[in-house]
Amino acid sequence: MTGAPLLEVRDLSKHFGGVRAVQNVSFAVRPGEIVGLIGPNGAGKTTLVNLISGFHRASGGAVRFDGRDVTRQKPHMIARRGLSRTFQIVQPFPQMTAVENVAAGALFAGQAPSRKVALDQAHEKLAVVGLTRVADSPASALTLPDRKRLEFAKSLAMKPKMLLLDEVNAGLNPHEIDTALALIRTIAASGITIIVIEHLMKVVLGLSHRILVLHHGELIAEGAPAAVVKDPKVVEAYLGNRFVERFGATGHPA
Amino acid sequence: MDMQTLINGLVLGGLYACIAVGFSLVWGVLNVINMMHGSFIVLGAYLAYYVFAIAGIHPFFAVPLVGGLLFAGGYLLQRGVINRVVDQPVLITLVLTFGLDMILYNAMVLGFSATPRRVALDMGVLEFGTMVLPVDRIAAMALALLLTGLLYFLLRSSRVGRAIVAVRMDREAAALMGIRVEHIYAVTFGLGAFMAGAAGCLIAIVYPFSPAMTGLFLGKAFVVCVVGGLGSVPGALVGGLVLGIIESYSGAWLGPQHAITVGFVLMILLLLTRPTGLMGKVGYE
Amino acid sequence: MTRADFAKLGLLGLGVLGMLAVPVLGDNYLVRLCTFVAMYSAMALAWNFIGGYAGYPSFATAAFFGLGAYVGALLQNHGVPMVPAWIAAMLVSAGFSLAVGAMILRLRGHYFAVGSIALVEILRQVASTWRDVTGGGNGLNVPMLPGGPGFAGMVFLYSMLAIALLAFAATLWVDKGRLGFGLRCIRQNEDAANMVGIDADRYKTIAFTLSGLFCGTAGAAYASWVAYIDPSDTFNILTTLKVPVMVMLGGAGTLYGPLIGVIVFIVLEETIWSSFLELHQAVLGTIIVILVFFLPGGLLKLRLPAALLSGGRR
Repeated sequence: MTGAPLLEVRDLSKHFGGVRAVQNVSFAVRPGEIVGLIGPNGAGKTTLVNLISGFHRASGGAVRFDGRDVTRQKPHMIARRGLSRTFQIVQPFPQMTAVENVAAGALFAGQAPSRKVALDQAHEKLAVVGLTRVADSPASALTLPDRKRLEFAKSLAMKPKMLLLDEVNAGLNPHEIDTALALIRTIAASGITIIVIEHLMKVVLGLSHRILVLHHGELIAEGAPAAVVKDPKVVEAYLGNRFVERFGATGHPA
Repeated sequence: MDMQTLINGLVLGGLYACIAVGFSLVWGVLNVINMMHGSFIVLGAYLAYYVFAIAGIHPFFAVPLVGGLLFAGGYLLQRGVINRVVDQPVLITLVLTFGLDMILYNAMVLGFSATPRRVALDMGVLEFGTMVLPVDRIAAMALALLLTGLLYFLLRSSRVGRAIVAVRMDREAAALMGIRVEHIYAVTFGLGAFMAGAAGCLIAIVYPFSPAMTGLFLGKAFVVCVVGGLGSVPGALVGGLVLGIIESYSGAWLGPQHAITVGFVLMILLLLTRPTGLMGKVGYE
Repeated sequence: MTRADFAKLGLLGLGVLGMLAVPVLGDNYLVRLCTFVAMYSAMALAWNFIGGYAGYPSFATAAFFGLGAYVGALLQNHGVPMVPAWIAAMLVSAGFSLAVGAMILRLRGHYFAVGSIALVEILRQVASTWRDVTGGGNGLNVPMLPGGPGFAGMVFLYSMLAIALLAFAATLWVDKGRLGFGLRCIRQNEDAANMVGIDADRYKTIAFTLSGLFCGTAGAAYASWVAYIDPSDTFNILTTLKVPVMVMLGGAGTLYGPLIGVIVFIVLEETIWSSFLELHQAVLGTIIVILVFFLPGGLLKLRLPAALLSGGRR
């Protein structure tokens, strides 16, 4: 986990009209890290992901990925450079089968030389996430947990250097969440750098090497999970002033 | 000359607003582009013509009758036919209303013949200095604005009106609050037809009309909606006035035959820069 | 390629051979009919790129058709031989759709549809008012092909057929390749398509340009064929609406759907035209209405229409 950062965000900002969704956020992620991005609802986490992956245009600041400035790049170019993301509300290609969905990732961002090779790679990725049994079902027929896994498989097929996982656990029950966590660890072990956006504390604390905390669009804390959790600013952001007073230096969010 | 051009533009604009407001409402609330709208207007004009020919009623006073007939027809048509495709993508809804329009158009050509008609009532002119204002046009504009204003109040203050606005904003939430969405859709469509019929009555006095003009009116409605914004009366009003004034000045400067092109160019410019229109908020995809 | 693919291709080949033989029969009506089928096939295949594969509801067909017709006619009137005039018209249409596409493909859904209709109207107005160049409302005459009506009929049938076959070849290339895959992704979920590495803007523009190119070429050939064009005839809203209907009838976004749709529609239309002259529009309109309700997936994907069963609810 040493060496030049894979992702560098400097003073990144985004306003929508009068609303400042993201304000002067700066951080770096090194290759091989698992970084957790947390913050209360509306903190700007998804907007930040959209900025980094090119879906929104930044109002200010810069993003460097793998040594190149990608601030003004279109989403598909950033995807091809090796930055892959999932959507909070899953976005499959509904009328295509699961394997075709994943093959799309392999063929385009993953730059597979032909459709056949892409389909082969897609079958591999489906096996990794455990979706081989539904490979030929249309994506619209899959259950929510399966759709989330499909999104995973699709991102993997894109041969990413870095993966942005946006609330992958929303809508999953505890057992499904554990499965998802195991999957994330496996993927990280294969060398892919990961940013996990989560609002489930226990998930993100156990998984991440480092945590970034966003509140009202600003980065209010950064560091090892144990330290961040005790940071009074973080406690205040999640639970409000009274709890800071009550729990003091040992308090941590529920 | 400038004042005259401006006044002409405003008069035209008032009429355009009335022509477009029904179309805008249907598009904004039902998400349906009603290709029959132009034909509804012409139908209204013909009904006003025959009411005048048979009963001697001035088209302005025929508005409730003609509008009412079109409301009823529109309500039934929506409930029976169009409601089935309200959720479908624009390709399907537009093609459907276009097909229905072909039927209506054919019926009008057969029923009324293609010769242009006009209710010829010479109402004289008003003169202010160098400006000449035909009374019939001024009266038509005033009535157009009055009707548009009435629609606005209906939408703001009546139960039905507020239900329509609610459905426009969020159909599912409206349904959860007990609003009978299909009925509201049909009422909205009926209102759109009513306003078209009313516009037709006004036009019957001011211009010669024939079935061939359905496309012209529909085109105006399109431009007004894009320029002004969908689903709102203020939007139709602003769009109508802007179009009227721009057409009037283009006609004066470039020649009358270019006025129509200018309108469509304006529409494309707005689509590219501000698709929701000058007044619109959230556009419909 | 599977056996089924070869079979379908074989069927198409038979159809083409049949059409090639028609002039020999000497029935001018049949030759005209087949020429129309070929022409609409070219336009339907053209629309299929942007409306079928990419899922963008384009009503710009008549804009490109008319543009090609006028460019071809004007060039021929200035001494350019017929086929080079068509090629020039093809290039102009391609260039026009490329330029326009860059602008209006940013719009989606209703706004794209409306923008594309506006194109037809604007071009029609330009053609009507630019009298010095286009003859305005009086239209343009195009030099007739020497050699007599029988010969001319054959030439134009074969020309339209060639254009349609080129369009089909392009469709084959798109359907089996990356572009087709990418367009299908765009149609189903454009954001996800971008996310997965597809340059959606570029792919849409290519599809739109392909559609403009073939419609324009068909238009140029049409102008030479009928030897007289005017704005309402070429920039015709009815045409621009019929073509998507034909494609939807057969199955949008498929290889053979447009062809099937064209044949079925034209056969229907010809039957009505001869029986119900006065009610032609009304019956055509009724067909369209019925089509929308009963065949939402097209003849290639016959299944009970959800719209009819659920009464409009999703």
